Amino acid sequence: MTDTAHYQALGIPKNASADDIKRAYRKMARKYHPDVNTSAEADAKFKAAGNAYEVLSDPEKRAAYDRYGADWDQPRPDPAQDPRWQGGAAFDERDINPDMFRSFFGDRFGGGGGGPPDQHARVEIALEDAIKGAKRTLSFQTPQMDNTGRITLQSRTIDVTIPKGIRPGQQLRLRGQGTGGGDLLIEVSFAPHPIYNIEGRDLYVTLPVTPWEAALGGKVKMPTPTGAVDLTIPQNARQGQKLRLRGRGLPGTQKGDLYAVLQIVNPPRLNAKTRDLYQQLAKEQGFNPRANLGV
Amino acid sequence: MRKATPRDPRIDVVETLSLTELTMFCDTNADWVVTLVEHGVVAPVTRTAPEWEFTPTHIARARKAARLMRDLGLNVAGVALVLDLIEERDALARKLAVMGMAD
Repeated sequence: MTDTAHYQALGIPKNASADDIKRAYRKMARKYHPDVNTSAEADAKFKAAGNAYEVLSDPEKRAAYDRYGADWDQPRPDPAQDPRWQGGAAFDERDINPDMFRSFFGDRFGGGGGGPPDQHARVEIALEDAIKGAKRTLSFQTPQMDNTGRITLQSRTIDVTIPKGIRPGQQLRLRGQGTGGGDLLIEVSFAPHPIYNIEGRDLYVTLPVTPWEAALGGKVKMPTPTGAVDLTIPQNARQGQKLRLRGRGLPGTQKGDLYAVLQIVNPPRLNAKTRDLYQQLAKEQGFNPRANLGV
Repeated sequence: MRKATPRDPRIDVVETLSLTELTMFCDTNADWVVTLVEHGVVAPVTRTAPEWEFTPTHIARARKAARLMRDLGLNVAGVALVLDLIEERDALARKLAVMGMAD
């Protein structure tokens, strides 16, 4: 039986050396770590690389994988080591996945403080979800011991209501929803937004304006998460000037603000008419913006 | 742990965590958090309070730092640099998107 999924996950050939495996894993981990890479496939690739490395970095597991493929860790009778002939307990090392043990016992005994342990999860939402509120279904894999003492992963799903006005980094505590009756803490992170930069409860948007809009002031259209609005620009506005729309940031008891940061943009091409107008301006304006530079 | 008024009775929104709560949340110890503060990765609301309190922005950064250090074998100085560079990269991506040049 040949199965090369773990080798493919790390992008290495089947005869790769232990050093090649380590190098390939480190490279994949850097590239696809979900905190570094926010693309949709990064999380899956990072996990696949981690699973592959766990098997391939251990010579015994790697040999079993090369021989038996994906179900290398299933117990199978081994005539040479039949426990009935050796006395002692039947115990196959391949039955134990060290990570499962760590999370199983770590959660149980390492949690600090009394009571059942808290369980953690992450959810990534869009900015729009924080403004309108959203529902998410999370799925978990929880280690469970069955009556023969084997530890298996059980899947379960939980529906979570993301409250309106949640901010990046806030946690939701779901009482009694964790493993063994503990609490489930959900860390909320925001997917990067193409238009808005989120800082605390405030939103920032870079708003391009033409030189004449900046000079004359007046109304321009600007986006807000709930639809376009008219923004009044003051006369003689500066590049980088911040204009505040109170209460248009993230909702909540203390509403955030929305800031427009002005960016003066020239038209990509000057037509003859605009050129004439600029030349007229150049003749009549004596302003030297470089006076401070001594020229 | 300060909490906002829950809208759904089963759910609390966590507003801030104390130093002790943050160390439990990141499965680490107080010394590690102090090192993060010394490197400017996170900052408490006020340094003079009897027990430090951390806002959600800083809780998220601490968790991110813990994950990156564990998964990529980084030290605190390395993780501080990585987090700063990720913020810069995201800001540049937004600038490109505003200019209509996003991929």
